[in-house]
Amino acid sequence: MAQHADAVIQIDQLYKEYLTDAGPVPVLKDVRMNVAAGEFLAIMGPSGSGKSTFMNILGCLDVATSGSYFLNNRDVGNLSKDELAHLRNQVIGFVFQGFNLLPRASIEDNIALPLIYRGTPRSERLKLANQMLTKVGLASHRSSRPNQISGGQQQRVAIARALVNRPRLILADEPTGNLDTATSKEIMALFTELNERDGITIVLVTHESDIAAYAQRLVRLADGRIVYDGPLASAAAPHLESTV
Amino acid sequence: MTAAMLGEAWAAMGANRLRTFLTMLGMVIGVGAVILMLAVGQGAQQQVQASIASMGSNLFIILSGSVTSGGVRMGGGATPTLTLLDAQAIEELPSVAAVAPSSPGTAQMVYGPNNWSTQVIGTTPSFLTVRDWRLEEGFPFTESDIRSATRVALLGKTVAQNLFGDEDPVGKTIRIKNSPYVVLGVLAGKGQSLDGRDQDDTVIVPVTTAQRKLFGSQFVGTVRFIMVQAESAEAMPTVEKSMNELLRQRHRIREGADSDFSVRNLTAVANTAAETAQVMSLMLGAIASVSLLVGGIGIMNIMLVSVTERTREIGIRMAIGACGRDILLQFLLEAIIISVIGCLIGVGLGVGGALIVNKVSGMTVVVTIGSIVMSFVVAATVGIFFGWYPARKAAGMKPIDALRYQ
Ligand SMILES: Nc1ncnc2c1ncn2[C@@H]1O[C@H](COP(=O)(O)OP(=O)(O)OP(=O)(O)O)[C@@H](O)[C@H]1O
Ligand SMILES: [Mg+2]
Repeated sequence: MAQHADAVIQIDQLYKEYLTDAGPVPVLKDVRMNVAAGEFLAIMGPSGSGKSTFMNILGCLDVATSGSYFLNNRDVGNLSKDELAHLRNQVIGFVFQGFNLLPRASIEDNIALPLIYRGTPRSERLKLANQMLTKVGLASHRSSRPNQISGGQQQRVAIARALVNRPRLILADEPTGNLDTATSKEIMALFTELNERDGITIVLVTHESDIAAYAQRLVRLADGRIVYDGPLASAAAPHLESTV
Repeated sequence: MTAAMLGEAWAAMGANRLRTFLTMLGMVIGVGAVILMLAVGQGAQQQVQASIASMGSNLFIILSGSVTSGGVRMGGGATPTLTLLDAQAIEELPSVAAVAPSSPGTAQMVYGPNNWSTQVIGTTPSFLTVRDWRLEEGFPFTESDIRSATRVALLGKTVAQNLFGDEDPVGKTIRIKNSPYVVLGVLAGKGQSLDGRDQDDTVIVPVTTAQRKLFGSQFVGTVRFIMVQAESAEAMPTVEKSMNELLRQRHRIREGADSDFSVRNLTAVANTAAETAQVMSLMLGAIASVSLLVGGIGIMNIMLVSVTERTREIGIRMAIGACGRDILLQFLLEAIIISVIGCLIGVGLGVGGALIVNKVSGMTVVVTIGSIVMSFVVAATVGIFFGWYPARKAAGMKPIDALRYQ
């Protein structure tokens, strides 16, 4: 595979099967995709088309059955568990639909958590966590628990946590899926700012075309295959959505 | 890194205090039981050893009368068959260090307004040598006191205290069975004997005085028992054999007939007692260790539940970059903290319990640094051992499976 200096993600002939009681179920079939540094990409597709499966592989949370995945020109398939953990810690920031905060830890501690696994000393951890809190506009909630703040605020905390190790890539699986329209807009504004101002590459899964509209590029999945990959403007998203 | 993981483990424990406390309780009880049982066991052992040390070394006691079974027989020492001349003859045997013919009895003694009833032993000065018994004050009586059967006495510590209180008994005259006796000295304290009697509750007088003036024996010149000290432990079997031969000869006992005396090796008896105490101590320790083991299994049990319950948390931690080692360390540290804190409390309770046992029952208890250190090492080991499996389980999970866990 060709090496691109600015390629963040290079995926080729990627297959993923889940092993179930009824035998192997193919979910991703011959997926090919490249993402360059600084891109803002939205992945859409009907429910069950394999978007989350794809994102989990991109986020090094799961491994593909076959095919190749290069992240920053490193072959992820050859990495050990510890090296994958290192990638999740420092190269990728993952944002989940369900936020996935630790319920018993304070907001501040939640944000500082990735730094623990990096070995950052405590004072530095708190300093960075509070910088991130300010960045996402939640400085006044630093010692609250996740269940004491709103869903939108929780997602901001999750984004702050994803950002705290200064990753160059943010992966977000339906980050606005649990939020109302107004809150979704705030979150998307935050992503746009991260992409435009800090140059962070963003790959985001969504069901809503007005969320996808924040991206520059659209990838459409259907039944485990990429059926569209191109600029957002010509995607005619609502139209395509209805045909698959 | 480890400090941060320690913080994470601590926070997790604080999040479920009741459970942490209950898990710890198993450890507390286990360690407490071990400390207490070791203290009691070692106390018993120490007491036995002190008694043995107070007995004198390489000792035989020869009792009058037969103690062998068969037919109706008197118990040991019932019929006086041993004489002072027997004792003198034994003293001539090779490898015999000292011989003390003795006649015990009980008598009432009075000093001023105080009176006390106690054991009186009529014996020779070598009794003190044989029993390795020092005088705290005054002087022992001598051979000439034996020859002329003078009325002199040595008081055991308990007797001296009960008759004289704070007064100095040496040189004072007490009345035993209404006759005046001059107190020559006070014996040093010896404490309890192997069978639990107070050895200091004794008065020693010359054997001849006891025979002729105090107890008025029917057979003048006989004694109840003779204590014999061999020169060394190695010489004991030879001494035992030659004493038996000598006495049978002197008592004209035909071959095959039962002896009218019996020789007991007191040192062997003492060793048996020491072994018994040691076995008891070991058994107590073993029983207590079982509760420590149960406490350890309790930790494993709770940790396994905890790992299952916190699968999602593990998934989240892995998703943001924890590697297997980090997760392992966190759960292992939790187990170790629980067991070590449990151990600390257990040591406190064990030591406290030992002190209470000592107060309530008067038993000797010995808490050694060794037993505390040992409990600590065992507790930490139990924590690591029983924490390892659940921690492994947590660390071995795949991030995506852990995250998806409902
Ligand atoms: N752990 C699993 N084991 C077996 N099959 C699975 C597993 N996870 C997902 N699948 C199947 O894989 C397919 C794709 O699932 P995936 O979650 O990737 O879809 P999705 O595109 O994210 O859907 P949605 O839009 O509803 O989130 C589905 O048919 C699903 O049933
Ligand atoms: Mg999904």
